[in-house]
Amino acid sequence: MRRRMVVVEGSYAVAHAVKVCRPHVISAYPITPQTHIVEELSQFVADGEMNCEYMNVESEFSAISALIGSSAAGARTYSSTTSQGLALMHEALFNASGMRLPIVMTVVNRALSAPINIWNDQQDSIAQRDTGWIQLYAEDVQESADMLPQVYKLAEDEDVLLPAMACMDGFILSHVYEPVILLEQSLTDEFLLPYSPEFALDTKNPMSFGMLADPSTYTEFRYKQEKAMGVALKKIEEIANEFKDVYGRYYGGLVDGYALDDAEIVVMAMGSVVGTIKDTIDELRKEGEPVGLLKVRSFRPFPTDAIRSALKNAKVVVVLDKDISIGRNEGALCTEVKGCLYNTDIRAPVIGFILGLGGRDIPMSTIKKIISKAKLVEKGIFVESEIADLREDLA
Amino acid sequence: MSLLKPGHRGCAGCCDALAGKFVLDALGEDTIVVSPTGCLEVFTTPYPESAWGVPWIHSLFENAAAVASGVEAALKALGKKNNTKIVAIGGDGATLDIGLQAISGAFERGHDFTYICVDNEAYMNTGVQRSGATPLYASTTTSPAGKVSFGNPLHKKNMPAIIAAHGSPYVATASVAYAPDMMRKVKKAAEVKGPTYVHVHAPCCTGWRFEGSKTVEVGKLAVETAMWPLYEMENGVITNVRKLKNRKPVEEYLKVQGRFKHLFTMQGGTEEIKKIQAIADWNVKHFGME
Repeated sequence: MRRRMVVVEGSYAVAHAVKVCRPHVISAYPITPQTHIVEELSQFVADGEMNCEYMNVESEFSAISALIGSSAAGARTYSSTTSQGLALMHEALFNASGMRLPIVMTVVNRALSAPINIWNDQQDSIAQRDTGWIQLYAEDVQESADMLPQVYKLAEDEDVLLPAMACMDGFILSHVYEPVILLEQSLTDEFLLPYSPEFALDTKNPMSFGMLADPSTYTEFRYKQEKAMGVALKKIEEIANEFKDVYGRYYGGLVDGYALDDAEIVVMAMGSVVGTIKDTIDELRKEGEPVGLLKVRSFRPFPTDAIRSALKNAKVVVVLDKDISIGRNEGALCTEVKGCLYNTDIRAPVIGFILGLGGRDIPMSTIKKIISKAKLVEKGIFVESEIADLREDLA
Repeated sequence: MSLLKPGHRGCAGCCDALAGKFVLDALGEDTIVVSPTGCLEVFTTPYPESAWGVPWIHSLFENAAAVASGVEAALKALGKKNNTKIVAIGGDGATLDIGLQAISGAFERGHDFTYICVDNEAYMNTGVQRSGATPLYASTTTSPAGKVSFGNPLHKKNMPAIIAAHGSPYVATASVAYAPDMMRKVKKAAEVKGPTYVHVHAPCCTGWRFEGSKTVEVGKLAVETAMWPLYEMENGVITNVRKLKNRKPVEEYLKVQGRFKHLFTMQGGTEEIKKIQAIADWNVKHFGME
């Protein structure tokens, strides 16, 4: 079958992907840079192209709360938000996961206030790390769109039943025009079956959701969420392969390597910066530099085994983060990579760089500078973790 | 047997348990209940036991109206709405205070559901702290009476008027002390299309400090003193007010409750009671209760 590529905005590609996934209820509140996604979806509904309930709610808190109700009633649900909106949802995110409701949400990654900043970094979704949501990060527009049927299939799997965030970098992916293949309805119907949960609010079979669990039972609810994340770890790979069989596209499952096999310096990152890193590696490889990339697609569940196995020959690991744990001077991916290597024989130094905060551009020159610092490790000069590209006049 | 089953952990004489039972007696099996966090939620669902004989969901403290609106939207989208009634039953804190924004949004959006506020005039589940529904001079654990205080210095928020201002087609006040009246109003609210509201006065023996056998008695005194007017509003117009033939002075209502005891022992208390009497007088005039 001939696939037609079209040049569309990232937000349109994502909205179109949502449409072909056939959600029953969409509930969202507008916030930059998520707006184009919800505007496109509203238009689909207004044009009769989508058969769903679209709820214009009064806050992100109610957006996610409404979907908790909808999902518990057996509906396939969708929302999209970013930054302050995601932070406002925080309490309800734990609740959705604890009730095992497979809500799917596109997070259009953006910095958090103060100072207020509408541009991209990944502090917003990273700050929701422990809420019990699956988090996948997309590299480009096509992957951002293709991720949606994959996360629905994953979240709704009866052995998973966890909500999921499909994360895409704000503006860099949401507002860029790229040639993409829009997801075909027929293929998506084949790939993603209708959602029919075993447990739902049903007057013919009354059940209670969201009950009080005391110290004698609470721990086991958390244990079961963790176990479901373990199942998701396997399913992410399986589903990525099924997607490849149906649509012919593949982005890696949990992680994906680039020029990795013989790489001595391995750069790790999530999201759109991966593209810049690949271009940088192409140049450095021509100069004979043994540099490779390990893209992390799944941050939750965290792919411990996949990362250990991918880093077994690395001499230096360089982790790039678009977020910072203030008071630790380190990004989340860096901390977690270090944590997952400690109980192994892998003793490659792990150095972390925080960059791209609040939308600061990440040119190839920055990546090159970072890699040259990584090379100093072999000479005994060690960078534990630092913020890259600081402006000297302001720092 | 009632659809709110016995064996729950409510206090003896619990007003919430009465309210929950009356709501389900009025609405029957084809009902989905949404509860915010609160006494009713906690004492009816200690996992793995549930007192609810209908589908029931509790999410958070401040989002019951949003959750209920999501349930309604889902049933519509799935083609399963039919005559199923969706009811949120929240306490006064969840309704007048922390959940107000979500309620406003849900009423503005016009979902077909009923919100029932079971108003026991303080945060009872956490130990009798004041809320926006706590009446003037009630002594609570965060508005205690003391040497220089007569208790809560603020007036009760007029929630039915706030809901009416959203254009709700049916708003009513009720009391657990008048069960047939309450059940009729709940049934009517559920039958009227669109977002409807019933505000139920609910004397809490634990928080108000009276004997558990007196819940109905205290509730009746609130109505008989005009401290709690019973009325219905249809499309913003007051259509039905319970008249008072022999109105009692507010002291008769206040003196049976520990939360107002200080007004009868503190110097100057008698003068302050006059301010409470003025509230009752205003109610009588405003709602045309005589």
